[in-house]
Amino acid sequence: MNQPQRFRWAEFTIEALIRVLGFSTIGFVLLIFLFLLREGLPTFFEVPLGNLFGTRWYPTFDLFGTLPLILGSALVTLTAIVIALPLGVATAVFVREVAPGWARELLKPMIEVLAGIPSVVLGFFGMTVIAPLVRQTLGAPTGLTAFTGALILAYMSLPTLISVAEDALDAVPKSYRDAGLAMGATQWQTIWRVVVPAARSGIVTAVMLGLGRAIGETMAVMMVTGNAARLPLTLDSLFRPVRTMTATIAAEMGEVAQGSVHYHALFAIGIILFLMTFLINLAAALTIFQKRRRGGLR
Amino acid sequence: MNRYLVQRAGFALLALAALVVVVPILLVIGTIVVRGMRAINWEFLTAMPRDGMKAGGILPAIVGTLLLSVGTALVAIPVGVGGAIYLSEYARDTWLTRAIRLAIINLAGIPSVVYGLFGLGLFVLFLHFGTSIVAGSLTLAIMTLPIIISTAEEALRSVPVEFRTVSASLGGTRWQGIRNIVLPQALPGIITGVILGLLRAAGETAPILFTVAAFYLPRLPRSPLDQTMALPYHLYVISTQVPGMPAQVQYGTALVLLALVLSMNVVATVIRSTFRRRRQW
Amino acid sequence: MDEPKIRIENVSYFYDGKPALRQVTLDVPAHAITVIFGPAGGGKTTLLRLINRLNDLVEGTRMSGRVLLDGEDIYAPGTDVAALRRRVGMVFALPLPLPGTVRENVLYGPRLAGVRGRTQLEEILVRSLTQAALWEEVKDRLDDPANALSGGQQQRLCIARSLALEPEVLLLDEPTSGLDPISTGKVEESLFQLKQRYTIVIVPHSVQQAARVADYAAFFLRGELIEQRVGREMFTAPRDRRAEDYITGRFG
Repeated sequence: MNQPQRFRWAEFTIEALIRVLGFSTIGFVLLIFLFLLREGLPTFFEVPLGNLFGTRWYPTFDLFGTLPLILGSALVTLTAIVIALPLGVATAVFVREVAPGWARELLKPMIEVLAGIPSVVLGFFGMTVIAPLVRQTLGAPTGLTAFTGALILAYMSLPTLISVAEDALDAVPKSYRDAGLAMGATQWQTIWRVVVPAARSGIVTAVMLGLGRAIGETMAVMMVTGNAARLPLTLDSLFRPVRTMTATIAAEMGEVAQGSVHYHALFAIGIILFLMTFLINLAAALTIFQKRRRGGLR
Repeated sequence: MNRYLVQRAGFALLALAALVVVVPILLVIGTIVVRGMRAINWEFLTAMPRDGMKAGGILPAIVGTLLLSVGTALVAIPVGVGGAIYLSEYARDTWLTRAIRLAIINLAGIPSVVYGLFGLGLFVLFLHFGTSIVAGSLTLAIMTLPIIISTAEEALRSVPVEFRTVSASLGGTRWQGIRNIVLPQALPGIITGVILGLLRAAGETAPILFTVAAFYLPRLPRSPLDQTMALPYHLYVISTQVPGMPAQVQYGTALVLLALVLSMNVVATVIRSTFRRRRQW
Repeated sequence: MDEPKIRIENVSYFYDGKPALRQVTLDVPAHAITVIFGPAGGGKTTLLRLINRLNDLVEGTRMSGRVLLDGEDIYAPGTDVAALRRRVGMVFALPLPLPGTVRENVLYGPRLAGVRGRTQLEEILVRSLTQAALWEEVKDRLDDPANALSGGQQQRLCIARSLALEPEVLLLDEPTSGLDPISTGKVEESLFQLKQRYTIVIVPHSVQQAARVADYAAFFLRGELIEQRVGREMFTAPRDRRAEDYITGRFG
């Protein structure tokens, strides 16, 4: 009943292939970083650092100050998280701890649908419906503002935020809840004084992953923020047009000559984005790994 | 104040938050469906665009998106499922395995526009594929990998470990156990993951901006090295780059894209839930 | 006594550095039922899974010593593990039918081994189900899902599935632990029939069962082989105090 030798060869080949595929993801990450460096690093030789981290981004005049773009991204992203965090955590708590079964069955697929809506569709909706609303409410000259972008971004990061926060709440042992209730606390008190604090680090992870998602978002942001590369330093910046790093790449890459300084500079922004999201995700991943080892999450 | 009253108010506030999350979703979908329906007719779906895209149909964009999805699937399915099989069935808990997991998390977090840059640098320029369906599909495939790998790995891991032991005890090699027992059992879960990944790819704009998308190309692509229009990019173009575009055409395009993506979403959900109900363990 | 079918030679075994077996040496005679019994955590299952190298699937283990089958070291480099497992079949504590029909379950092993002929497969199907005393009950349900059978039938199906490969040795790890007394009786009955052809090593799920089926018996305590006797003697006149206490129910 021995196997014919040829069959084992097929199996050997398949298993070798599976191993290669298993390691391929590492290769892809390296490849991505490598090509960003290849196209982006020349910027640091072509453009003086003072210019590169200056306050004005006017590529036509050889001004490549990335500061307004970085701050623009920061403003939109942080505002988005400020909006999304309370909404997301409250929704996660509602779904996990309070909602009756039918509400949960209704909410979960809705949130999944939100995660599935393409960025460009949300951007389009933001342009045609939200922006006019913002303009009327503010009486501003345009509704394409940092705030409009933040609002859309908040909703785009909600699915990630809610599902990770839900997992965190889920991982809190039932005995904590029982102990809270047994001491005479109401369910409400137990949730806020026991369950949510116990899930705190998981919620932090959720915020980080949401942040990572938000900072890299491109199309929706580009379509609704008005794309003015100005330093958002005044108090009313939130309600003025702004331009993010992602939008800059997307809007300008189509028009630059390959190999030009401008072209390299756009890749340099890509490097900055790559590193930022890498660090954010690394931090989030480390908390998840630690949890796993302690048997907290799952 | 009565603390049960506080609880009531608190719960009401939570429910309100959930409403604030959900109502805009319904609003987005409702608006696009209602306004987009008016544009949808046979010509819109099957004709070439005319008059600077202001009239006619969006066939090349629809076909382009479908072709890109097929191209993405051709690359992402074998690589993603293979990677998932490695992680679930072969990998031991070493630093190398942890590096792979870290790479997957990192891939999932890379901004879509950075994928676009990467695709431009590697596939379009370095490998000389040009702006083409091949370059776009490869870029989208790598972006899709983390979704496919993590869902497929989860599906594989949910197959009870005992099946593998039994298969081994009956003289099956590890691969025979995977092929005969584990893969068939995990298949519905894997398919769900693949659909979720492709759905993401089909809706993305930024990665195809510089790798494949044609601004205006009123014909069907002739070869994998041809450019093509695509739904998401088309929607971007007609809503920001072309002045005087009739709103109806914009909403119609948005609706077609939304319908495509959401129907894939529904299919994935249906497969997942029937699978959960039917499985024998 | 003839050359033993299986010889376990000075075997120690560790999970993550914790010892599960300590310097065990044991001979298993051919065509008889050898019972391995003792309190939980004694290393019985580990020993069983060493004989067909199923423990290879577990990470973080270490082994010393030798396991010989017909005088050959099964842990020698270059051993065809799949072929070994076809010679040494295994039945687990819980009935674990594979997904699929009764027929697919029984023929899983032979098909992997490359048996293709329709009539040959049919013969194997009938023979193994008959040997496992299940044929009469399932002959009209061969294409039903295996998990539609009762627990007792499923366990005999698992025995049939192992027998389909015509193994030389059959390892059974508490094969009746999930079964009612009637099903247990049926399984034990089939064991008596099977020992004519096969060498059987069983971890029983009770001392009573051990006494009922044992030709030879080995008592394990905390990874050590304490006493090894012909079955009748072991259960009527154990020499070791701890074995006696366990058999008479004073601990365990």
